[in-house]
Order: sequence, then C-alpha cells, then structure tokens
Amino acid sequence: MTDTTALAAESARASTGRGTAHDDTFATTSADRFADAAASREAGSIVEEPSAPTAADGRTGRVRRLLATGVQHPGTVLAAVWIVLVLVSTVAPGLFTSQDPLVGVPAEKLTGPSPAHWLGTDQLGRDLYTRVVFGSALTLQAALIAVGIGLAVGSVLGLLAGFVGRWVDDVVMRIADVLLAIPSLLLSLALITVLGFGTVNVAIAVGLGSVATVSRIMRSEVIRVRNAVYIEAAFASGNRWSRVLFRHVLPNSAGPVLVLAALEFGTAILAVSALSFLGYGAQPPAPEWGSLIATGRNFLTTAWWLTTLPGVVIALTVLSANALSRALDSEGRRVR
Amino acid sequence: MTPQTPQEPVLVIEDLAVQYRTPTGVVDAVRTVSLRIERGEKVAIVGESGSGKSTTAHAVVQLLAPAARIARGSIRFGGIDLVHASRGELRAIRGRRIGLVPQDPTVSLNPVTRIGTQVAEVLVIHGLADRRTAAAAAVEALRRAGLPDPELHARQFPHELSGGMRQRVLIAIAIIAGPELIIADEPTSALDVTIQRQILDHIDELAAETGTSVLLITHDLGIAADRADRIIVMNQGVIVEEGTPAEVLGAPKHPYTQALIRAAPSLNALGDVERVLDRLPKETRVRVFGGRAGDPFTVRDRSKGPLATDPSGATDESPARTVLVAENLVKDFALPHGGGVAHAVANVSFAVPRGQTFALVGESGSGKTTTARLALRLDDVTSGRVLFDGRDVTDARGRELRDLRRRIQVVHQNPYASLNPRLSIRAIISDPLVAYGLGDRTERRTRAAELVDVVALPSSVLDRRPAELSGGQRQRVAIARALALNPELLVLDEPVSALDVSIQAQILGLLASLQDSLGLSYLFISHDLAVVRQIAHRVGVMRLGELVEVGDVGTVFADPQHEYTRALLDAIPGAGAPVVQPG
Repeated sequence: MTDTTALAAESARASTGRGTAHDDTFATTSADRFADAAASREAGSIVEEPSAPTAADGRTGRVRRLLATGVQHPGTVLAAVWIVLVLVSTVAPGLFTSQDPLVGVPAEKLTGPSPAHWLGTDQLGRDLYTRVVFGSALTLQAALIAVGIGLAVGSVLGLLAGFVGRWVDDVVMRIADVLLAIPSLLLSLALITVLGFGTVNVAIAVGLGSVATVSRIMRSEVIRVRNAVYIEAAFASGNRWSRVLFRHVLPNSAGPVLVLAALEFGTAILAVSALSFLGYGAQPPAPEWGSLIATGRNFLTTAWWLTTLPGVVIALTVLSANALSRALDSEGRRVR
Repeated sequence: MTPQTPQEPVLVIEDLAVQYRTPTGVVDAVRTVSLRIERGEKVAIVGESGSGKSTTAHAVVQLLAPAARIARGSIRFGGIDLVHASRGELRAIRGRRIGLVPQDPTVSLNPVTRIGTQVAEVLVIHGLADRRTAAAAAVEALRRAGLPDPELHARQFPHELSGGMRQRVLIAIAIIAGPELIIADEPTSALDVTIQRQILDHIDELAAETGTSVLLITHDLGIAADRADRIIVMNQGVIVEEGTPAEVLGAPKHPYTQALIRAAPSLNALGDVERVLDRLPKETRVRVFGGRAGDPFTVRDRSKGPLATDPSGATDESPARTVLVAENLVKDFALPHGGGVAHAVANVSFAVPRGQTFALVGESGSGKTTTARLALRLDDVTSGRVLFDGRDVTDARGRELRDLRRRIQVVHQNPYASLNPRLSIRAIISDPLVAYGLGDRTERRTRAAELVDVVALPSSVLDRRPAELSGGQRQRVAIARALALNPELLVLDEPVSALDVSIQAQILGLLASLQDSLGLSYLFISHDLAVVRQIAHRVGVMRLGELVEVGDVGTVFADPQHEYTRALLDAIPGAGAPVVQPG
C-alpha cells in the first residue's frame, strides 16, 4: 500500500467521525504503568508483586493518615470540634449549662456579657448563652431534616435521571431548571405559605429548595460513572440493572453528593435561621437561633449582644460546615 | 551556531540521575545514565514503563515534570551544559537545535490554532523568518513531513486531521528549523501499525537527508531493531545493555535484555514460538471448574461424560463444533446532523471453534471491537444473526440474555478501568456469582480464593482494592472474574494492549494455559498481529468494517491473500531482526 492511499483511507475514517476516537490504551494508561513501576521500585523488587499489606496495617495506616491530615489542617480540626460541640448540645444541652432557658431573673434583664452570663441576658433576664445552647436543638433539627429531605429526594431523582436517561432525564432536569431559577429563600417562603408555620415545615421547605442542586450533582456523577468500563463489566458479568445501580454506580457516585450535603447543612442552618427570623419557624418563648436574633433586633441600640452573639454562633457553625465540606472534597479527590 | 568538528558528538550525557518526589517518598527514575550520540547517528533507547527512558529524553530538553529534579550528572549539547543552562540559553536551543516529537499526537497540538501557524511558530519565535515567509516555510515543512495537500491542511485545525496526519504535523514542527538532534518520544505508539511504519520511514529519510541525529525512545524492541544504528536497553533507571541491533538482539548479554527479547511478540511474530504451558493440575481443574457451565456450584452429571478438558474430548460434549457463529453481522450508526449512516460493521461472518481461539485483528476504526460487542450482545445488531451453541441469540432479552451471559464472559482492554475501585478483589471476583445468586457466602469466598490461585496471584490480594495492584495483577483479577461462572467462551478485548511486553507475555501465557487446561474458547480482539500470531488458531482480518480475510493463523501469516493483510504483516516492526532464540 502506498503512502497516500493509506492516508486517504485514514482521512475517510476521520471524516466519518470514528477514526478520531482512538482506542490506543497503551498511550492513555502510560501514567498508570509509570505509577506501577514507581511502586514496585519502592517495594525494592523487580517482580511485579509488591509486599502485601494486611487489613490491620490498612486500619492503623488510615488512623495515622487521619492524624497527619489533622496536623496539616488545624482549621479543619477546629471546625470538626465546633460541629461536634453544637451537635452534642442539641441532644444534651444540660451538659453545657445548668440554667433554664425559659425562666428569667427580671432584676438582671439586659445585662452585657459577664462571667455570670457569658453572652449577657435578654429583656426578661433570661441567660442568652443558655438560650443559644437550647436553641441549637430546634435549629439543627430543622437543618438536618432539611438536608435529609434534600439529599434523599435529590439523590433518587438524580440517580434516575442519570441512569435511565432519555425522557426521565429530560423531565427531571427541566423541573430542576425551574426550581433553580427561583431564589431558594423565595421558594421556601412560598412552600411555607402552603404548608403552614412551624419548625418542621420550615425544614421541609428548605429541604425541597435544595433538591434541584443535589439532583444535578448526582446526575452528573452518575453519568460519569455509568460510562466507566467497570459498569459495562458489571453488566457483562450478568448483573441486573438494579444491582448495577446500587452496588456499582451508587457507591462510586455518592462522594461529591456527600460533600454537597455538608455544604448544604451550613446553608440549611442559615436558611432555617432566616425563616425563623422572619417569624415562620419556632414561636416564642421557644428558643431558636433565628428568632433569638429577631427578638434582639428590638434592642439593637442598647443591647448589641442580643443580636451579635447568636449571629456569631450561626456564622461559626456555617463556616465550620463549609470547612468540613471542603476537607471531605479534597479527601474524596485524593481517593478518586 | 557554534562551529563544530565532525568528530565531536552531538550529545553527551554523563552519569545522569533524576529523582521524582512522590507522596510516598523519592523515586530514582534515572540512576546512572551515560550515553553519547554522534553526528548523524540514530540511537534508540528501549525499555518498559518506568525504566527512565522518557525521563532521560525530557531531561535533555529540560522539560521534566515539576516533581522531578536532576540530582547529578551533566548533559552536554554542542558545548553547552543543559543541566545548568539559563532559560534564555535553553529557549535558543529548544525547537531551533533540538526538535522534539512528542508521544501522543491527539493531545499535542493546540486545538484552537491553525496547523500552519503552529508549524510556523518555531521560525517566528527564533526570529528565523517573518510571518509571511514563515507561512510558506511551514507549508514546505509539512510537505517534507509527508503530509499530502500541505496548503490545504495548513489552513485547517487539528481536529480536522487524523492521528497519523497530526503526527506528521508534529514532525514538521520538529524539523522546520533544521535541528541537529531530533528526540522522538514514542512517536508512533498511538498510531496504527501501517501508519507507524510510514511515519518512521519518513523520520529515517529526513534524518538521512539532513544528517540529523535521532534519539528514538520506544518500548518496542522491534522498532528499535529496524530503525536504530545503536540500541540502548534501559531497566530500572540504568542502562543494562548497549550495542548495534545485531549485537543486542543477536547475542544479548544481560538477563533483562534476554527476557525482553523472549517477551517481545513482534520479534517472534514470524518465528515458531512454542509457549511453555503451565497446565493446571487435574485436581484443581476438577475442584474449581468441575461445575456446570454457567453454574460452578453444580457438579456436572457423570453420565454426560468427562470434563471438557482435553481438546479432543471437548467436541464430543456438544454437537456443535463451533461455540459462536456470527452470520452477516451489520451494525450501522446514525451520523450526527442527519448525515446518513456509517457502517461500523458491514456483513461480517465468522465462527469461533470450540476450545480454540478466533482472533479479530484490525486497526483502529476497523469495527473489531463493535463486532465483539455485537457477539457479546452488549450492542444490538442492525441485521444478521448471532448463534451461540447452535441457538439463535440475536434477539435474546431479559432472562434469556442473562442465561447467555453466564456462558460468555468478557475481559476488557484497560485493567486500570475495568475493576470497580470501591470493592475488594474478593468482592470483584465473586460479583458474577452474587449477580446470579449462586452459592452461599462461604462457597463464594472459597471460590474467589481458588480463582485467585488459578490466575497465579497470592491470596493476600483478596482483601485489597484494585488501586493497590499493578496493571498485570489487575488483568489477572479481571480474568479470574470472567472465569467465576465457568463460562464456555471468553471475549478478550485487547487484553494486553495496556501492558508492558514482559507482563503481556505473562498474561498471554496464562490465557493459553487456561485454554489448554479447561478447553475454553476465546474470541480475541487485537490490533497487534504479532500477539495474534502467538495465541490464535484462526484469524479474521478486519478493515473499515469488513472482514477481508479469514483463515488458519499459519496459512494467513505464511500466505496472506488480501493486499491489506500483506501490508499489515509487512508493517510489523522487527520482523527481519536478527534474533537468536535464547534457550
């Protein structure tokens, strides 16, 4: 065969759009093979069997790596500690304070932060610190319910859209488009007007507001994983589609969605607080972060601590959730 | 340019050492490498992945990865030590005096710049021409690089060109400034064998014309043997052997070189290599593969006769001498923008004989993988029939299709992608068993351990994840998974194309001995005729969706009937290399 005839055949192939997609795996996997060679060189052996680490090795290795990561990223550790403290306060507020959030001492009303009242007192002489500690239960419950709803509904929709494709994908994604086009707080407000006031309704409204984002991320991950060779291998092994979906696709696509969940947790706290601030959530005298700020607003000129300090607590919690989300993300990237 | 006496070598590398920082520590990619390239000489560095051959080449042009560091040594090029040269000095040398042909033509061109501009850029950068004269020179360089219609292609963008054409563009970029040294880093590993041959021929001609020295980096001993004046064999970052092709291939001294020559399929393509088969012990055969096809935990009915282990007995077991028959397969793909249909597979018929290997061979885009997918029923045919064991399975759906999948299993080409990264090796191997609900937990664990043993992996891998295994080990896992259900037919889709030659030889040996021991039938897809020669019994040559020639491997290789088959065979590098079979 001459030079030109071969090239002509090749260009014919290129023009059909098939020849350009090269199936040369040797070139595309060169980085993998290089990593293999480096690993076997490190193991000090010429043969391709690196020494076998046992399961126990793996576990202590993981703990050691976690500790090393902690030393490298002290901010992440602080964030984790903060979130843990906040979560503990939701189930056992008595551990943090011995006072009653609903009973005030009128003589001590509107006093600034002091050793006796760390965050000061409100207009009825109730200890603000105690009210913040007890308030975390309602706020965080609502946030967790919201994230749970968003994650569950969003994941299922995203999974179906990505895995089934075709018209299911179209329908789900167009609905998601519509939801994303509406500002999320406005959407939550609209939902609350339908559902009625109350913490749980606020949670449902916020949760439904995040469904679109979660389903988007889930769908894109499922589409990425779905085209992986090991999924085709799973089908070729004889797996039913349901087993392929739950055993092979879901675990490999859940990572970024969990990262998003941590992020959404922070956002949900903010949204729940905002809705309570507007008066749609917990009703007085029940303590709740958003409503604490709302009440404090009336005393903004005289008692700055009533708005500022609960606000700082909310800000710290949201920032911590974001920091954790980022740490999860970089860890996930390393594994992927 | 500094004037030089003809005796002075172009490039002298002395005691070079390059280290890579990795998350787990420092790796010595290159340890002690010393070499010299004379004026007009063609030197080939041969080695497997991680041998340090590419690192050496990149050290010459000082384009190492950010994690790499030159620990020691000197690289002298025309009186300049490149290791300590300033950026300005390096810029004056790169492109102007040393031309680099990179590895992968599909990613090495700027997708948003026209071909002509990219080629001319070298001249403009070095102030050798202004924009107008550079454009004319670029067209001329493209012509010299062997690109037909250079005026037309100079105005096109990279995506409008095929892989072979793009490689020619890269060669044009490398030669346009008339360098003293061309470094070609695996210039053809991403190309089909016929295109590879043209490209290498062309580099040879250009080098001979201009007296340019060539440093060729390749993993293929055959290419090195055909093209180089001198071969340097590298392993683990050191040079293990050096000499003319006749010396290195004819009388290799180092054990690594000997092993590499034994493993290289291309060098043995036309010789009669008898593989030493490690047959599985009879006891293992009965214990692990004694069950029924598709259901390993059911012991075969004694009255139905012995196991299908010895090749002569295999045919007695079933009336059909062929496991799989494809009749007039056609697969059309609709072209985008309503451009009609493309025939990926056009009227292909073949039969896979029981207990033997049928190989489909062809270059990229020939439709061989699509044909395999049709046979596997991963894709639906446009027309034609697929018969498995005498039964028409072309339209099998649901339950029937799942029953079929028990008896046909597949091994994919890229072991780095075909194993679920989240599962342990044990879970991966027993996955098909769980999918069909076969056996209980203990039985499946036992079977996974037995299968790992059959594919010659240590049992310690069972609890590990794919990422902890090397490519060769992962491919063994994929084979173990494919064997889990006792299939009758394995579809092997380029099972060794992602592996280095020595690992390739091991995997091919394993496949051959499994076939010999268990009477398995293989449908083997490959672009590499040399590999096919080693493993297949019958071969079908595909080109642009058509099967141009079918026959016994011996007949086809010795006496090819079709012009295309002859071109393919001629293009196998190293066919005429002076190999003495060691041992």
